[in-house]
Amino acid sequence: MTGAAPPRRDPAWLGRLFWTGAALVLLWPMAVATEFRPWVLFAADSRGPMLRFLAAFLPLATGSEFLGLVARETWRTVAIATAGMVLALVMAIPAALLSTRVLSVSALSGRMAPVPAALRQVSRWALVVLRSIPELVWALVLVRVVGLGPTAGVFAIALTYGGMLGKVYADIFESGDTQVTRQLLANGSGRLQAFVYGLLPQNAPELASYTVYRWECAIRSSVVLGFVGAGGLGQQLDNSTRMFAGGEVATMLLVFVALVALADRASAGLRRALA
Amino acid sequence: MDIELRAVHARHPASANGTTALHGVSLRLAAGERVAVIGPSGAGKTTLLSVAAAALKPSGGQLMLAGTEAWSQGTAALQRQRGRLFMAPQTPPLPPRQRVVTAVLAGRLPAWSLATSLRSLIYPTDIAAAHAALERFDLADKLFGRVDRLSGGERQRVGLARALLAPATLWLIDEPLSALDPTRAEQAIRALTAFALERRVTLLATMHQVDTAIAHFDRIVGLREGAVAFDLPTPQVGREHLLDLYAQPEGQLGDMPAAARPVTSMNTSPGAPQQPAVGHGR
Repeated sequence: MTGAAPPRRDPAWLGRLFWTGAALVLLWPMAVATEFRPWVLFAADSRGPMLRFLAAFLPLATGSEFLGLVARETWRTVAIATAGMVLALVMAIPAALLSTRVLSVSALSGRMAPVPAALRQVSRWALVVLRSIPELVWALVLVRVVGLGPTAGVFAIALTYGGMLGKVYADIFESGDTQVTRQLLANGSGRLQAFVYGLLPQNAPELASYTVYRWECAIRSSVVLGFVGAGGLGQQLDNSTRMFAGGEVATMLLVFVALVALADRASAGLRRALA
Repeated sequence: MDIELRAVHARHPASANGTTALHGVSLRLAAGERVAVIGPSGAGKTTLLSVAAAALKPSGGQLMLAGTEAWSQGTAALQRQRGRLFMAPQTPPLPPRQRVVTAVLAGRLPAWSLATSLRSLIYPTDIAAAHAALERFDLADKLFGRVDRLSGGERQRVGLARALLAPATLWLIDEPLSALDPTRAEQAIRALTAFALERRVTLLATMHQVDTAIAHFDRIVGLREGAVAFDLPTPQVGREHLLDLYAQPEGQLGDMPAAARPVTSMNTSPGAPQQPAVGHGR
């Protein structure tokens, strides 16, 4: 005797069909709103200019004078990103510590006391404001305040990235295992002591890898900021594009790929070291 | 430090909607007294320790630490008082990448300034003291090892060694022997009780090993369903106290005749809690 007949179809099938359809229906108005027409790329009259633009990338610009300039500007870009990150950390670490519930002594036994709770909200909101204004806008404002040059880029990155880092650090602190920190607090340690002996070693690899990733983002971001006059490789890229010097653009883009790949290796190495 | 619980009611920290884990528990420990809390699983032993450590606010009743009511003082004063007691959870939470020496020295934190704490992260401030504490638990060779390379039992002993460094005069230790083999357990409990006696530290520990509790503690408190079943000096704890403490509640034994229940059913029922070893070696 065989059992009941095998089910004729997967019961999840209808649900999948429905959600796929729903996603398509939702995407359609967005495609219309963004004039999403990828086939334009391959239309006959846009193919020519695009190929000519790409063809101008070759040969790469390799003049020694130009390469020297690229090297100096690359160094300046890394410096802008690094200095911006350091300033961002100076803002992000205290803000993250302030907004972390795990480090609250009064929250140990239930509700957080009103004053620390208010302080925590204020610091969360400060971080929201900092990161919701794009670094490009900060840079445009700061270029008017401190003038053209890397300083504006450094401050622009510091402000936006301070907000991002602070938020993500606080989230990392809250999402990991909090037992270590809570035990230290429950045994009478101070907040900062509990931080350096519990919370920090507990979350170090995640914090390090996120920070290095953000540093990589800052390098890319500092190039964009160069376009509005904040110095570095971006400013040169802007100049070369304006002068239709495709070879120079291509060389700088390759340097750029190398920088990002380097940051990637650094992040992987750091994670291995801390694992 | 002397400690007193006055008619304490408390909820288990994990259950928000509130089955109370302690119903009016009163308990007093004079300074330097060594007391073991025994009882079946779920009796409220861990909750009792959390309340005693001022880590869990009781929903009713009072906690008196060294004569002052713990929860009536400000947060800063309460935190200073927490620095004078040491609570060791059953599985010590230790950051996996931390070195043993750092984890043990973390017991000193309440006595240290922030500057000293930071300096000790760069170069351990009191290697000798950490070594001595680990030596008592036969772990001295792991001093500079990493916590995540230790076995469960070794981690538990690191957690206990931390107690020896704490500037505490009250220890609240939750099942210190749960991950230890019999030899290590004997050694660990000897180290703890001897050190407590030496330094006049008040010791309140929960246990499942009834014979160990009887062999090493001055007083035994039996906890059952969130209430004190008995609280007696060790010599007065008898077989009948223990059998009552660990007997299964009504209804779980099915339709066995009531008369047959107390002793024999404990040995035969498959769901029986672990059987107390009674009057061992005394």
